Amino acid sequence: MYTTNASRGLPRHRSRHLTERYTRWAMRGVIAVLVIALLWLVLAFHLNGQWMFALLFLVLGGSLGVVFTKRTLMSHRYIFPAIAGLGVFVIFPLLYTIGISFSNYSSTNLLSEERVRDQLMSQTYQAEGNAFDLALYPEGDLVRLYLESPQGQRFVSSPLNLANQENRQIGVQATDAPPAQEALGMRAVIQARDALQGLRLVTPDGSELRMAGLRQFAPMLDRYEAREDGTLYDRRDDRVLTPDHTIGFFVADDGEQITPGWPVNVGFSNYTQIFTDPDIRGPFMQIFVWTFVFAALTVVFTLAVGFVLASLLQWDQLKGKAIYRTLLILPYAVPAFISILIFKGMFNQHFGEVNMILDTLFGVRPEWFTDPWMARSMLLIVNTWLGYPYMLLLCMGLIQAIPQDLYEASAVDGGGPLTNLFKITLPLIIKPLTPLLIAAFAFNFNNFVLIALLTGGNPDILGASTPAGTTDLLVSYTYRIAFQDAGQNFGLAAAIATLIFLLVAGMSLLNLRLSKVKV
Amino acid sequence: MAMVQPRSVGVRRLGAHLALICFVSLIVFPLLLVISISFREGNFATGSLIPENFSLEHWSLALGIPWERPDGTVVQPPFPVLLWLWNSIKVAVISSVLILMLATTSAYAFARMHFKGKAPLLKGMLIFQMFPAVLSLVALYALFDRLGQFVGWLGINTHGALIVASLGAVALHIWTIKGYFESIDGSLEEAAMVDGASTWQAFRYILLPLSIPILMVVFILAFVMSIMEYPMASVLLVDEHKLTLAVGAQQYLADHNQRWGNFAAAAVLSGLPVTVAFLICQRWIIGGLTAGGVKG
Repeated sequence: MYTTNASRGLPRHRSRHLTERYTRWAMRGVIAVLVIALLWLVLAFHLNGQWMFALLFLVLGGSLGVVFTKRTLMSHRYIFPAIAGLGVFVIFPLLYTIGISFSNYSSTNLLSEERVRDQLMSQTYQAEGNAFDLALYPEGDLVRLYLESPQGQRFVSSPLNLANQENRQIGVQATDAPPAQEALGMRAVIQARDALQGLRLVTPDGSELRMAGLRQFAPMLDRYEAREDGTLYDRRDDRVLTPDHTIGFFVADDGEQITPGWPVNVGFSNYTQIFTDPDIRGPFMQIFVWTFVFAALTVVFTLAVGFVLASLLQWDQLKGKAIYRTLLILPYAVPAFISILIFKGMFNQHFGEVNMILDTLFGVRPEWFTDPWMARSMLLIVNTWLGYPYMLLLCMGLIQAIPQDLYEASAVDGGGPLTNLFKITLPLIIKPLTPLLIAAFAFNFNNFVLIALLTGGNPDILGASTPAGTTDLLVSYTYRIAFQDAGQNFGLAAAIATLIFLLVAGMSLLNLRLSKVKV
Repeated sequence: MAMVQPRSVGVRRLGAHLALICFVSLIVFPLLLVISISFREGNFATGSLIPENFSLEHWSLALGIPWERPDGTVVQPPFPVLLWLWNSIKVAVISSVLILMLATTSAYAFARMHFKGKAPLLKGMLIFQMFPAVLSLVALYALFDRLGQFVGWLGINTHGALIVASLGAVALHIWTIKGYFESIDGSLEEAAMVDGASTWQAFRYILLPLSIPILMVVFILAFVMSIMEYPMASVLLVDEHKLTLAVGAQQYLADHNQRWGNFAAAAVLSGLPVTVAFLICQRWIIGGLTAGGVKG
């Protein structure tokens, strides 16, 4: 292949064409802007204390700068965008997931330690003392606050603009009677709630009142006080909170853990939990086995159906093959999220077509969605419907490649269709088919869409501490732990996902070896 | 054509036809059923395949037009199907164009150039393509959650995030296009370069016009895959008016309130274009899919 100066790393001459020079400068400008934008992100993430994301964008911006300025890397400029996309949205999430699996990242341990501290510091409590009833009195566009306690203490503020929602301190004066106008109704109070929450009313004797209820102001105090050694003093309950960096919580003297906490490294505890905690191990093993069975049976069924149909369609005596072929690959052409939902409706236990037909023919109404075994059979039926066209197409392609004289010879020797099938066709296609079957197995192993749309993993496994269903696959199980459970135990979900990564990596390496890909 | 024919070939032929017709009708039944249900009255599945009480109610609702029943009650469309369809198409078109651009340029480099790390990169892409995005959803969620704090249009509940996230799936398309490029003889480009064209010009003016067919196929393939994408959209999108069709459609069949008829009309409306596009391009799409061994 002809190589240009550029790919040999030789210097490029100043172009004679003016437009070309301008384009080059425009390209350099675009690259510079991109690098600067990425560096800005790096800085922003770094200041926020998220070093993993800062590192990601630093690597991205750095490699962008290097690839597009070094002339020896001319060829790499063409692949850089795609590789960057792969890196940021496939490889980084993979590594980050593995990272999360060693942490206790969950809905209770979500924010960084500083944010948790800020959140605790903003907590207040109602000090002992009187609460004041609040009323608002309009004065032009502005509003006066009027406070009255049951003991008869009365305060009134100067007219305020309640469109201003900033936090501010306002002095109030003692008064004898409420202002003369008519007080505003509840609706106005609700509308001004955000502004009222930001107000700190200072009474003449120096105590500070804050909003305590919709129509109440009361002396509110900051609950926690930060101390030099990093601990927090709890004024209300008179105790000291110590940050515990092994569990990611503030712990009180009496042992209470204060939520929210922050994510910390917990080592292998998520993994040991999967294999030792009986409430997790039981469902996990059950789901693990079902995932393998589901993927294997799907491959077997789809292959069987697809292979038989392919052999039929390959028969040269048959007419109208094109029509059959088109009709037979229809399930493949219809978007899966639609056909799965169609089956969800058809298998409905009360109104669905399937049960209506079964009822009229055999008088049975199987419980497709509540009985675990019926639900599993339903999944396999639906998945065979969805998946056999792929196998059909594969087999048709491979059978076409078998030389016809083999069948001729077989016919001369008196071989029937079955002999042909088992002695010629199968042995010849099984070898090229194996890597594709492994890929199909890996795909169904992670067939999240089918489970999510058809059964959602239901019916549930009894006695599981995490949301686990009898039809859940490992992927949908992790999804439910992470996104549907109240605890959102991202750490545990990531640990299971990491285990699946290992399995998938094994399968794809095996696949690569078997298929002998030529690069 | 086989020379030796068994005597019973006529009987077998008939048997094969019968078996195929039975099987095909079993396969196509659910699809016909849905078309039929979309024209029936009411939201229940009972009735024959050819609707007895023909009604356009569900179609009208699917198209977003309120429907007035004979008794005078007006039914409002339950879900913004057309909006969801528009969202899906918007996301799919933009992400397919981006994927096509990235995949074409890298496939060119992989097919025509020699550089360090080419073989490991190609193999690595094959391996990583097998890792489903569902597994790293937690990480992707965290990534876009954080990104959204600084770049608004890349946060959670934006289409930008969904589009950008789909760029991870370029590997399969790079392999498809690379295979096609390799089947085109390189001498044309060499001739152009001898005449003074740069590498980019040889790619842009010689190779690209020759490979329009495969680019169309990859575009449609990426488009179909994006329309069908479910897991990422289900996590990244929250508001009803932001949903894509794949996520929104399941709301019709909630556990306690199954709107069978409305769903059927929406399903036919949105599924038909994709199905027809797939069937028209099946020859090329299947080549690409069987090479990669993936169907989303």
